[in-house]
Amino acid sequence: MIKIVNIKKTFGKNEVLKGISAEIRPQEVVVVIGPSGSGKSTFLRCINLLETFDEGQVYIEGVDIMDKETNINKIRTDVGMVFQQFNLFPHKTVMENITLSPLKVKKISEELAYNKGMELLKKVGLAEKANAYPDSLSGGQKQRVAIARALAMEPKIMLFDEPTSALDPEMVGEVLEVMKQLAQEGMTMVVVTHEMGFAREVGDRVLFMDGGYIVEENRPKELFENPQHQRTKAFLSKVL
Amino acid sequence: MCYAIFAIFTNFTGGHTMNFSFEIIIDYLPYFGKGALLTIGLSIAGILLGTILGLFIGLGKMIRNKWLAFPFECYITFFRGTPLLVQILLVHFGVVPMFLGTTNGIVAGVIALTLNASAYIAEIFRAGIQSLDRGQMEAARSLGMSHVQAMRYIIIPQAFKRMIPPLGNEFVILIKDSSLLSVVATPELMHWGRMMMGQHAKVWEPYLTAAFIYLVLTLSLTLLLNHLEKRLKTE
Repeated sequence: MIKIVNIKKTFGKNEVLKGISAEIRPQEVVVVIGPSGSGKSTFLRCINLLETFDEGQVYIEGVDIMDKETNINKIRTDVGMVFQQFNLFPHKTVMENITLSPLKVKKISEELAYNKGMELLKKVGLAEKANAYPDSLSGGQKQRVAIARALAMEPKIMLFDEPTSALDPEMVGEVLEVMKQLAQEGMTMVVVTHEMGFAREVGDRVLFMDGGYIVEENRPKELFENPQHQRTKAFLSKVL
Repeated sequence: MCYAIFAIFTNFTGGHTMNFSFEIIIDYLPYFGKGALLTIGLSIAGILLGTILGLFIGLGKMIRNKWLAFPFECYITFFRGTPLLVQILLVHFGVVPMFLGTTNGIVAGVIALTLNASAYIAEIFRAGIQSLDRGQMEAARSLGMSHVQAMRYIIIPQAFKRMIPPLGNEFVILIKDSSLLSVVATPELMHWGRMMMGQHAKVWEPYLTAAFIYLVLTLSLTLLLNHLEKRLKTE
């Protein structure tokens, strides 16, 4: 579904990705962990080209996203993204946040967009907030709206960039719950997170990144209980 | 009451101004009224047209391709780096006759104020856009919107809200700077002050009256803007 071949990325003199290859299969939940500065967010952002890369290829359902012929806007409608800082549109209501892109990009009818929006808000438990503005919501509510907004485009893949890192601890659970439900419904997901419990419980596979490389990847149980690399052991001993 | 204050003030300045004449001011009031209306009209035209033009210039300056952005940068540099008075003379005696055959103070006034204001507004606009969090553009793009759609639905509406206070400032400046148009005989407020001065050979009456009317205009606008800003904040 997603194939990443040896991507490299440099910011100025700092090489952030030093050759990353990975494959993500349909309905798989891949969790990316690693110390800060290891390149995990950059890696994730390369998948929908929010970040360009200097070398290598990313294929989404067989389409090379860096190819000049590729319409990246079309690709992005299939790849939803959830950000650490939510990035809701503050001048739009919750419902408008959700329906804007379906209306303007997919050009579906108002009624259809509204119904779909309501359905998604129910799913994330925020139907009563449809007409509220983002500033009146708590962090956890904002992130659940952001997830609903991404889902409104009916993506085939969802990318999560540290979705709970900006939340107060008591709100982490409600967001993880929504993500877990999404995983159970068979959504293909790539999740960058520090929530090791989530990685272990929901992840099909865990990638451990450090210093711009994927150091180790395995099923969560194996990776957490029997890490092979020294760096993985050192990292896990600090976070577990 | 204000004229009383002015009268007291003039007493201080020496014997020869003791005969401060309210009569000639009252005589000239209809002209001052007409002039003030034109001043308001010119400023409104300047701010509206300047905002539209400034938006395009600002967007032009933000083009990533340096060669494409260069003309817009030159435009801003020229109009911010040269005196408005020089621009007015160029437009009045150069640009307008080139197109109309003859010149016209009001047309020249609108054009000069618009061109000048748009350069400042372009920068106000650019600052408004660049003050927005990068995540707004990223979120819009990640939802499949094109760059143009993201600008139109997400970035520009938010930038506009942040632009209102500096745009208001520009409006106030425009009201005051439009007085420079009196040198090309555009019949705005200051022009009538100068006419009155010419007719009666008096200094204090015409200029203090003009100053007073300018002050009323700028103060009312400032109050209006403060009110607007407060209302936007609570939203």
